Amino acid sequence: MARVGAQATNSPTHAPPLLRLTGITKRFGELVANDGISLDLRAGEVLALLGENGAGKSTLVSILFGHQMADAGHIEVDGRALPPGEPRAALAAGIGMVHQHFTLADNLSVLDNVMLGTEPLWRLRSRRDQARAQLLQIAQRFGLRVEPEARVGELSVGERQRVEILKALTRGARVLILDEPTAVLTPQESTSLFATLQQLVAGGMAIVFISHKLDEVLAVADRVLVLRAGRLVAQMRAASADKASLAEAMVGRAVAPVVREHDTQQAAAAGHASGGSRRVVCALQGATVRNAQRVLLDRVNLDVHAGEVVAIAGVAGNGQQALADLLSGVLALDSGSLAVAGRTLAARPRAWIDAGVARIPEDRQGVGAIGDLAIWENALLERYASRRFARWGILRRDRAHEHAQRIIERFDVRGAGSSGLEARAGALSGGNLQKLILGCALTSPRYRDVGPTLIVAHQPTWGLDVGAVADVHRRLLEACQAGAALLLISEDLDEILSLADRIAVMARGRLTDACPRDQWTLATLGLAMGDASHAATATSPHRTLHDAP
Amino acid sequence: MRLEPRLQTPAWLWLAAPTVALAFTLIVTSLLVAWAGAPVGRSYALLLQGGFGSRFAWTETLTRATPLILTGLAVALAFRARLYNIGAEGQLYAGALAAVAVGGLHGGVGAAAPTWLLFPLMLVAACAAGALLLLAPAWLKVRLGVDEVVTTLLLNFIVLLLVSAMLDGPMKDPSALGWPQSVAIADALQLDKLVPRSRVHTGLLAALALAVALAGLLRHTTLGFEIRAVGANARAAAFAGMPVRAVLWKVALLSGALAGLAGAVEVAGRAGYVTLDMSPGYGYSGIVVAMLAALHPIGVVAAAVFVAGMLVGADSMSRAVGVPTYIADVIVAVALVAVLVATFGLRWRVRFR
Repeated sequence: MARVGAQATNSPTHAPPLLRLTGITKRFGELVANDGISLDLRAGEVLALLGENGAGKSTLVSILFGHQMADAGHIEVDGRALPPGEPRAALAAGIGMVHQHFTLADNLSVLDNVMLGTEPLWRLRSRRDQARAQLLQIAQRFGLRVEPEARVGELSVGERQRVEILKALTRGARVLILDEPTAVLTPQESTSLFATLQQLVAGGMAIVFISHKLDEVLAVADRVLVLRAGRLVAQMRAASADKASLAEAMVGRAVAPVVREHDTQQAAAAGHASGGSRRVVCALQGATVRNAQRVLLDRVNLDVHAGEVVAIAGVAGNGQQALADLLSGVLALDSGSLAVAGRTLAARPRAWIDAGVARIPEDRQGVGAIGDLAIWENALLERYASRRFARWGILRRDRAHEHAQRIIERFDVRGAGSSGLEARAGALSGGNLQKLILGCALTSPRYRDVGPTLIVAHQPTWGLDVGAVADVHRRLLEACQAGAALLLISEDLDEILSLADRIAVMARGRLTDACPRDQWTLATLGLAMGDASHAATATSPHRTLHDAP
Repeated sequence: MRLEPRLQTPAWLWLAAPTVALAFTLIVTSLLVAWAGAPVGRSYALLLQGGFGSRFAWTETLTRATPLILTGLAVALAFRARLYNIGAEGQLYAGALAAVAVGGLHGGVGAAAPTWLLFPLMLVAACAAGALLLLAPAWLKVRLGVDEVVTTLLLNFIVLLLVSAMLDGPMKDPSALGWPQSVAIADALQLDKLVPRSRVHTGLLAALALAVALAGLLRHTTLGFEIRAVGANARAAAFAGMPVRAVLWKVALLSGALAGLAGAVEVAGRAGYVTLDMSPGYGYSGIVVAMLAALHPIGVVAAAVFVAGMLVGADSMSRAVGVPTYIADVIVAVALVAVLVATFGLRWRVRFR
């Protein structure tokens, strides 16, 4: 492993660097987001920028692209200095960016999207034919299949990403930055993206690939730079790197991922196979939910047993939110049936909380917690009306504090600082906030040692660093061990494969059977996720989820 | 120039922010006073003296502060729950009308009920009238998502026209020589004076008590907890099982009742009857008071006294040095903007370059 400072020794060719960053430093208040980062990028190579959330990857890229200005350091493209803080200059110098969340207009055609912003405002006639010819020529040169007149809204996610890449290429990009490009793709689509990247590199481009997934980085990159807490802590050739060393560099210590113990898993699988010797905690029969435009959940059947982990895999936007809302008491069924522990519950959050359902929403800041209230008040949100915490409409602060203190200690919530329980929940880091939410949901004050009967966790580790992920997983599995059923809705296949007893795949609002984990392979999961991802992303009002084959 | 959120607010800033806001206000208004051709130092001295410099000044200031505290509380409570009630002015007039309707000497004689019954009835009627006025906006907001800023604001004008119609019609005082004013309430229903030979009345005590009660409600009760949670993040509150709609209903009714009460207290504590100019915009000034107080009930008291003092002081200053009384409005407005910017600065850092 080559540490920082030895970068000159491992340059792949003797060509001058296409892009050179020198001593880039950026502070936000007391937080140092980038601390003296220097790197070289040469034509024809894929450089992976690896780091946890908050390591400073996004800041570095937004400085490079001119969205932010560095406090110190400078950028050179082809040996010429790039003026800071000017996205136009970055574009002109040939830096192109593909954001994680696409910046495309769904109601326009591919060609229109590519042309958007490239023509002078005062030109009376737009030169579409010329632009189309240029687009097709570039598409052919790099082997990117594209239909210029297709509406972007009707393309699959992978196809949209291709449009984004073409957009950058037609603007003359020589350096392409991809920010977490695989987050929205199925495994198959990811593989095809990697092939595209190899073609681009072969054509003389340079690529910066930002990710926190070790496997992909090793698969696609020539060189890997690891960022941690704003500093460049390691760089190595992908060929000589391995997952363990990368993970250690990323986190700063050795990390053992949480994996389900084998015996519980077998027991659960056995319970399922023998026709459910365990209690069914959550039962969905033909559950259907519609909104004005389309069917969100289409005749979903699902049983979850006590003590087992059932995971729902799928690409974002295929009905997971509706399922989570349905099982949180926020959304009502249009048809079908839904029972928790044999009882039908009203679509009111209160009824679900009282039935012992612990709900972990996807949106931590917006739904799971109230940032402007104190930590102890957040711990009280679901419980304040109980007689334990209120008498004659007056809050019992001492008991509330005690309850919050217990959650903080049991779930190891840190970062409240000197103000302790009175600190705003919004001041907590993402991982600590999630631990607080988890603690509140899993700790019942009334029956001290009785855990929840059902846990509905939607993307519980989204955006958390590796350490916090392991913590959250451990807590969830502990609750399962204590008898709760866990329904895990996630887009992270690694998470699903390491935790689930049974896996079902959601696509276009439909759910496959929940089969034991061993019966799935990455390929079959990808197929189940992907066969419908095309139609699921179609936002055209003329196509409901039903119409697709 | 960019804004960055502060991870922590340093202690000195808590002191510096309001000081800078005050200094900024003084500088801006000094320029205007100098422009009007008056000696700046003497004008400020007169302003302060007129507002707070004597027993008379204090009693006048507190008299004006009384309705401001009540409307300020009405606004602060509603804003806490993100229910933007801009209609305190109309609710105040509705309360005043209701008070006269119950306690007024219609046809020379009042309702034939004993005072101990009639007085609370009068106050309850005023509260109910104010609350009723918020029913429609609250229903439209909760059920249909109609913006309550528009509905409550427009209702003010409707209520003022209603008041005008009543004063020229059924509630007109026949002995007022054609002036549009209502019949008076019975003498026994008038509030006692707090200080002899002044206009301060016991309504001030009621306003102070309500400020303390409201502070206690927000801090110590489950309803207060619900109000703060719904105001801070209604989606999260609903997810946690809070009855968000019911909370909004309660807040609307309480807020309207407080503003309606302001009208009754103003009638019973001062003239005894309703005129079209009985409120120099107490309802709107209540919004300023609430914002200056950062929506805190105890702060509302201090802010109301400040605003009232400026209004009273500017009156006497303009008599002495000829600066228009509008300077008081300018001072209050500049102070409001300065304080809002200063509190913004407590949570955000401005970075140049």
